Order: sequence, then C-alpha cells, then structure tokens
Amino acid sequence: MELLSHDILIVGGGGAGLRAAIAIGEENPKLSVGVISKVYPMRSHTVSAEGGAAAVIQPNDSLENHIYDTVSGADWLADQDAVEAFVKEAPEEMIRLEHWGCPWSREPDGSVAVRPFGGMKIERTWFASDKTGFHMLHALFQNSLRYENVTRYDEWFATRLLTHDGRCQGVAALELRTGQIRAVAGKGTILCTGGAGKIFPFTTNAAIKTGDGMALAYRAGVPIKDMEFVQYHPTGLPGTGILITEASRGEGGILLNKDGKRYLQDYDLGQPLDVSDANHPRKLTMELGPRDRLSQAFELERQKGGTLQGEYGDYVHLDISHMGQKKIDKKLPFVRELCKNYAGIDPVSELIPVRPVIHYVMGGVDTDIQAATSLPGLYAAGECACVSINGANRLGSNSLTELLVFGRRAAQAAVRFHGETGDIATSEIMAQGEAEQTRIRERFFKPSGGKETISGIRAELQSAMEDGAGIYRTDESLRTACNKVRELQERFERIELADHSLTFNTELTTAIELENMLDVAESLVHSALARTESRGSHQRTDFPDRDDESFLKHSLAYRTEGGDPRIEYKDVVITSLPPGDRVYGSK
Amino acid sequence: MAASDTAKKTVSLEVFRYRPDQEDEPTFQTYEVPYKEDWVVLDALNYVKDTLDGTLSYRWSCRMGVCGSCGMMVNGEPKLTCSAFLRDYYPNPIRIEPLTYFPVIRDLIINMDDFMNKLTDVQAWLQPKEEKPVSEGEYLQTPAELAHYKQYTMCINCMLCYSACPVYGRHPSFMGPAAIALAQRYNLDSRDGAADQRAEVIFTHDGIWGCTFVGDCSRVCPKHVDPAGAIQQAKVTATQDWYKSLLMPKQK
Repeated sequence: MELLSHDILIVGGGGAGLRAAIAIGEENPKLSVGVISKVYPMRSHTVSAEGGAAAVIQPNDSLENHIYDTVSGADWLADQDAVEAFVKEAPEEMIRLEHWGCPWSREPDGSVAVRPFGGMKIERTWFASDKTGFHMLHALFQNSLRYENVTRYDEWFATRLLTHDGRCQGVAALELRTGQIRAVAGKGTILCTGGAGKIFPFTTNAAIKTGDGMALAYRAGVPIKDMEFVQYHPTGLPGTGILITEASRGEGGILLNKDGKRYLQDYDLGQPLDVSDANHPRKLTMELGPRDRLSQAFELERQKGGTLQGEYGDYVHLDISHMGQKKIDKKLPFVRELCKNYAGIDPVSELIPVRPVIHYVMGGVDTDIQAATSLPGLYAAGECACVSINGANRLGSNSLTELLVFGRRAAQAAVRFHGETGDIATSEIMAQGEAEQTRIRERFFKPSGGKETISGIRAELQSAMEDGAGIYRTDESLRTACNKVRELQERFERIELADHSLTFNTELTTAIELENMLDVAESLVHSALARTESRGSHQRTDFPDRDDESFLKHSLAYRTEGGDPRIEYKDVVITSLPPGDRVYGSK
Repeated sequence: MAASDTAKKTVSLEVFRYRPDQEDEPTFQTYEVPYKEDWVVLDALNYVKDTLDGTLSYRWSCRMGVCGSCGMMVNGEPKLTCSAFLRDYYPNPIRIEPLTYFPVIRDLIINMDDFMNKLTDVQAWLQPKEEKPVSEGEYLQTPAELAHYKQYTMCINCMLCYSACPVYGRHPSFMGPAAIALAQRYNLDSRDGAADQRAEVIFTHDGIWGCTFVGDCSRVCPKHVDPAGAIQQAKVTATQDWYKSLLMPKQK
C-alpha cells in the first residue's frame, strides 16, 4: 500500500472544511493540505442552507445582544466563553466572505443587508436571497481553488481514524473510483463531516448526512457531546422534508392551524399582530420564537386536534401570500420554486403545508474552544462538532457563521499542533490502513449467509428514532429506542451486499454510512435516556422541568466495546449570564 | 386521483448499466417501479436501489435541486432527476442514461474531472480591484451592481449544459458553458479586477470563440443561468476590447 501524506488533513469539503483549508493557505502556504470528501465539495450539505448567517452589524445591535440571544436560545447549555468568541469573530468572518465574492443581498447604499430571524432580538442575519448556504459554499469552494497547497480527494470516503502513540496521525479512506482503501497521513486531522439528520425519517438533511465524522471519533474513543439535543425545524414540506426557510417567517410569514388561527398564541409565544401592522413580524414573538418552542407548539396543537391530516401525516399551514408576488420573488424566490416543484402550490396565492422535520444535531464531537478534541491531533468543526455554542437549541442563522469561525479556529489549532508534534509513525499507519482494507473486504464482501438489507435496517432505525426520540420523549420511549438500536446493530452484522464491484460501489458506501448512523443513534438515545430533565429541544414528558441542579451539564457519550455507551458529564461554562428563564412574546 | 388508484400503477425504467470491471459493453436493464404522482425519477431510482437491485449506482444528495449531483439523461434530455417528475412521462417507459459527452465511470456516474480543472483554469474566484483589509468593512455594491452578475452565480455545476452542448461533444477542449458563465460571473462583479487575466483563457478558440450559439445550454439549465447569454456578452466585450486596442493602443 502506498502512503499518501500531507501536513494537515481535512475530512469533509463543506463550509467548515473549505474555510479550514483556506485558513491554512493563509496561515502558511507551505503546509500541504489534503481535503478528503465523500462528495465533490460543492455537493456538501452547506449548499442547502437557505435563510442566512448571523453576525452583528447594525449600529443598534451589540455583541452582548447576540451573546444573550444565543445563550438563552440554547436554554443555557451553551458554553459562554465559546459563544463570546463566536459572536466576536462572526462579523469579521462575514466580511471576509464578502471579500471572497459571496453575493450578499444589499441595501440601496451598497452595504450588506440583514433580516430578522427566530430568537434574535435585532436583525443580524446576513443573507444572499434565500440561497445563503449555496452562495457561501460556492464562494468558499471557488476561492479555495486558488491555493496550490490544497490537494482535494473528491469522492474519497474516510472510514477510520489512524491513531498511534496516543494521537491521530491520519485516516483510512475508500477511493470510490477504484474501491481501494488508502492510508492518508497527516499530523493534524480536522473533521468537518456535518450532521446526522438521516437517522430520522423526515428531515431537511441531504442523503449524505449520516454522522460519519461523529462515528469515526466515537470509535476512536473520543466522546460525543450533548447528542440528545436534536433540532426539529418547524417548517418542512411533509413527505420530502424539504426546508421552507425560517426567513419566510422573518419576512412576515404566519403559521395557521386547520381553522386558520395563528395557534402559536396559545403556547406562550405572545400575541399576534396583524400582518398589515407596521411592527409585524415582532421579534422574539409568535412566528419569530425559537425553533424548539415552535416545533413543540405544533405537537401540542396536533394533540389538541388543531392540525390537518394528509398523506404524509399531520401538518399546518404557512402563509406568505400577504407579502405579494414582488416581495416573494425578491426575498424568497427559492421558497416559491420549491413549493411549486415539490408541493404543487404557488405560495403567492396558496397556503404552504408544513410540519416539523429534523434539521440539525446540536451535539457532536466534543471539542474545546480551539476546536480540539481529547485525542491529540484531532480537531472538529461545524455540525459534526459540539463546541458548544448551540447548547440545547440552536438559533437559526448561527450555524452558517459557526462553520466559518470554528473552521478557521480548527485550522489555526492544527497548524500550531503540526509545528509542535513529532513525526508520523509511517509503518504503523500503513499497517492500520491495510488492516482497514481487509476489514472492509471481509466485513462486506464475504457471504454472511444473512438476509438483512440496508434499506430494511435503515427504515427501522429511522422509525425507531422518530417514535422514541422525537419532539417529546419518555423513559419508556427511549428504552424502547435503545433496545431497538442494539437489535439493529446486531442484525447489521448479517447484511449481505449484492454488489462486489470495486468501481464506485454505492451499495458499499451506503452500508458504511448505515454503520455510522447506528453508532450515532446509539450515542443519541442513551444520552437522552440519561438526561432526566427537559431543556430546549430535549423534552421529557416524565421530567417536564429544567433541572439546573443536576443537569446544567454537557453529557459525554463514550463508546464501550459491545455494551451500552458510558455517559459522563461536564460543567457548562458560565461567564456572565447566570441561568435564567427563556422569555418569548413579552409585551 | 385516489391513493388506492395510483398504488397499483407502475412505470418502466430502462436504465443504462455499465460496470467496467465486469462488463465490456454497456447494457440496458428494465425495472418496473410503482408510479406515484409526487415521485421524481430519483425517487424511482432509489426504489430500485433499496428494493430491487442494490448494484445500481448513481449520484444524489439533496433531493431539492441545489446540490447538482443527480444530473442524468432522461429520455434523451439532460435533467436533474430530483426535479423530473414521473407524471411528466407516465405511462410511457422512461429511459435513464448517464449525461452524454462525459466518460462513464460506472452505470449513471460520469467522470467530471475535466470541468473541475476548467473551473481552476478560468480563475473562477474574486480578485479584488483594490485589496481592502477586513477591518475596513465590506466592499460596497449596490443592488443594481449585484443584479448585473447575480444570474451567473446561480450555477450549481450540475453539468447539464455540457451534456446539451454539441461543441463540447465534438471538442472536449472547449471550455464549455458553465465554466465561461462562471468566469463572466466574476468579470461582471463590480468588486473584481481580473477580467484581463481571464480574457487570456476565455477569449480564445477553446473559449468563447468556440461557441456556435446553439443555445441548448440555456434551454436545459435548471437554474436559468443562461450561459449562452454570458458567452454572447463576453464576445461583445472581447470585440470591443479588440477595437479599443486598435484605436487606442496605449490605453490597455
């Protein structure tokens, strides 16, 4: 086996990975960077983000405001030192992206425009129409092309971290075109592989969001933090789960139950203003409440019988028709296109059917404020990581900015580590790469005699997660989910692949993804079972209150060999904001 | 149409198969899949992969027309399969092939290395007229200046335009619609100052002068980028530059 080698490796070519690659190009263009991604970078899921990216820019706003909104939005589970660093560095990162060509929407005077978003006190969401993630990703990707020190491994799928002497020294990756596993060495490795929404049935997430980086770290002994916190976005299309951006509410869209009532007023989110009122939409109120509270309101309204029923389950209506065609075409053209194509309706004159759908995993690989994990040489940034700035509930438009701030921080930390650490243990790393080649071949290409299928196990996993670890959870529902995940892990051993080709074997990649999904699901359901309180997106009907005494803590799930994960806790960092009440819709 | 009514209906997919390590020649394989009003061609392929034949390979990811992965020929037309509805073909069989003019890696998966290299060749990134430190804030750009190039930023690199371009089919060295449109995207950006450098690459025979203005690139573009328009516009600029260089040689 030939050993490929770089100074620093980045796994994942989405927003965080590309920002990290560019940061290394800027820090030290002599360092060689390898970007390993299972898809071409511009296919990464950052591309699907719509609404915008938060950073303080208005003169009437302040860093303190953004910090407070983020911490209270997170139900006080965010680390405040991380939030402070994030908020402080956010504006410069956004301007930098502007300098790299991102086509931000503008005010008449040519300055960057911002829009309101849920849970945010003041307008601070930068946007590029309603395709913000798409434009950010392409600006980053195209800008990355100029750096000759960056080598891309497009359509290479990392399957294992290579560790020796207590540090991460590279990855084993499957080159899809040839079916070969290669060992790729690097003194620093940064995981930027995104979230894991595909472990649930209805999600805004793309097919590639299978928790790969989380699973890699988990198996290498690195804890996965706060996995019980999973965000439902209140407005996805039923069936497909396609995202209808929060910007549609930021621009004035309203949510209606089956009787046409703005039902959010019944769920402690304040009183509605008429859509013609100059103060509509009022920030931190009604439709501009945070995502966890809006999704929970949907579920309670459903139990009350206020939702509508359709082929893909219950739904409510999102109405943006009062904005008129001109504003919709200017501010929300993609929403209109998606509704026409995938819901068969035109939101200029019709109501959009929506339901809460899985959108974002707040938890992820446990990192410190420099994006470093507990394994020397391993870093993580973006949705696959948990710093944590998102705590128990992420505010819309913080995650795109997070990619930039922590992608850059991870790169800087990896560059420092590169300068301090010893040489790569070449022969050990290669031996591990060869062992991984053998494992993959034997595990997936040898007849197992089993009858289990990838799609069968995946569907059962997804429905177990929705039933057991959905918007509301109980001890019983979570125990059932834990048992089911264990059963599916055992049954996964008996899957049999029909495809033994070495050329672009997507049945093999799907199987490896499912293996990752099962591990991520395991960490999630056990963390949720152990947290006997309700906080943010984690709502236990058997423990309905927040319990700061016992649970103002991050949960850390450690993988154990053959058993349930071990759950430990560490304190949340509080600097200036003692835990308080989350108040929305106040007068 | 009642759900029970559609449940029994099926549609035939005739799918291009090619596994170079197992077969010398491509073949077509027919699959019978359920017909659903709201299914796209990609849903039907996923049904095949999940329940009928795990060996079928194709690329896909977002299923909402923005990642650009799932371009294929559908009944001879380049399409994003996540945006091509079965209802537009039913009850006729649907033939699915890899995008034309590209080498096939396997089944419906094409090799797009050529485009990735061209994107670098045309320097599709912003090169500011004047460098400005981040501490001095953003470059100002009015909504009208933004509108001047915005359309060309919408390219999702899905490769449908290359598959529709007969010039690219005959001469793979042709830069092609998307790469030229993306070069133009930066040329027209009020913040950029590198049009002259890009001109050396795109005002050439393999660049804009190779285009015979068939216009199919713009017709098939799922994002209405209008690469043909970008190329025509660049031709006008190139011609004006040439006349200017004759009339005012010192003004370069």
